[in-house]
Formats: sequence, structure tokens, C-alpha cells
Amino acid sequence: MMFRRVFPHPLLTLILWAIWLLLNNSMDPGHIVLGAALAIFIPWLTSSYWPEQIIIRHPWMLVLYILKVLYEILVANAVVAKLILGPQKRLNPGFLHYELQLTSPVGISLLANTISLTPGTVSCDLSKDRRYLLIHALHIDDVAEIKAEIHRKFEKPLLEIFVAC
Amino acid sequence: MLEWILAILIIVGAFFTLVGSIGLFKLPDFYMRLHGPTKASTLGVGAILIASAIHFSLKTDGVSLHEILVTLFLFITAPVSAHLMAKAAIHIKVKQVERTRQLED
Repeated sequence: MMFRRVFPHPLLTLILWAIWLLLNNSMDPGHIVLGAALAIFIPWLTSSYWPEQIIIRHPWMLVLYILKVLYEILVANAVVAKLILGPQKRLNPGFLHYELQLTSPVGISLLANTISLTPGTVSCDLSKDRRYLLIHALHIDDVAEIKAEIHRKFEKPLLEIFVAC
Repeated sequence: MLEWILAILIIVGAFFTLVGSIGLFKLPDFYMRLHGPTKASTLGVGAILIASAIHFSLKTDGVSLHEILVTLFLFITAPVSAHLMAKAAIHIKVKQVERTRQLED
């Protein structure tokens, strides 16, 4: 496993390389080489913080997922703008427990990030056994509906993308 | 035509940023106020950054892709900080609005 030793996280290497080139906003050969060196060195140096392998089964589905999240952010922003500008007596904020089906740590953190990014809900805490996510919602009409929506829109695609480990 | 698109993007961005600030100002408790800036600002800042990327890609030589990075970092860090603040607030038992729905179990 020579390859794994040099590249503990090939995906992280690629992302770091792309970020380096974007930060410099240039495609100079010098930057390409320097970026590649950093992109190989940093994952190697930090590999003890990332013990588990990240397995993405369908990379193109991840891209689809990101586009979908962007769309959801757009829609939900309008909803929350209306809630904020409307009379606040009508808002029913509250906490809810969301039972996770995801088991992969990266999947869970992506789901929590998505929940916080889409307006109206913030993920507040993850239970120690990683089975429940505590969520604060700005306005609750029907708890079951919010949970079903999170599952249908976000958790289901993530379940397909990330293999349990 | 291009100017119109840029203008609309900037106005939309400014509007949602303003809504976020209004939410921060008028919502009654800490947890609800958390929704204002972390949310409305994603679309607000997003729209302004898209406008910036289009403008500098077309007005100067070469494409300007810094904005993608700004968006990326914003979208990664905003939820994490919101999560940490909410978690800290729960730990020190920050006051909630009375009508806040509690957990059923």
C-alpha cells in the first residue's frame, strides 16, 4: 500500500491543490508545483487526525446534492425573510430531536451543516451515541413534517453517498 | 444588460443581508436571533459574491475565482460557528422565549 502511505487522503489532496490555485488565482507552473507539494505534505502531516477512510460511493451524486442544497437555501431564504419581517407573535420556535439513520461521521457533519445552512433550522447538538441531532427551529407548524422533510431532502441522498463505517 | 443583472444581484444580496440584520435586532431570544445572520447572510453574501465574480471576470482579463473560495469558506464556517454558539447557549442555559417548544421526551 505504497499509494496510501504517500496519499492518506487522495480527495483531500485534490481539494487542497485546487484551493491553493484558486487562492493565488493563477495557473503558473510555479504555483502548480508548490500547490502540489503542499497538497501532498499537509494530508500526510495531519493524517493522524483523520483515522478513518472517507468513502464516497457516488461523487456525481454529491455534486447533485450540493446543487439541491443551494436551491433549498434559495427557497428557504424567502420563507425565513417573510417570517422575520412578519409579526413575531406568530412565530413558534422550538427544539426537536432528529433521529439519525446516517452512521458515517462525515455524513453526519454534512447533514448538520446542511440543516444549519438552510434557513429556519440550526443544528445545536449531537448526542454522545451519535444517534440524535438536536435542532432548533425558528417556526414549527408540525414537528413530524419538519423531520420528514429533512429526511426526504437531505438525509436520504447522503445515505446513498456515504458508506457506513 | 449585464449592468442590470449585476444590479439585481447586488440589490437581492443587500436585501437579504438587511433582513438578516433586522432579524438579529428584533427576534426575542438568543436561539431565534441565531437564525438571522447565519441564514439570510448565506444568500445575501452569495448573491453579492456572484455579482463580483461576474463583474471582475468580464471587466478584466482572466476569470476571477476568488469569490468561489469566499463562498466555500463562508458556507463551511457559518454553520459550524452557529452550531457551537447554540451548543454553548444550551450548556449555560440561556433564557428562551416562553412559548419555545420543548422536547417531547
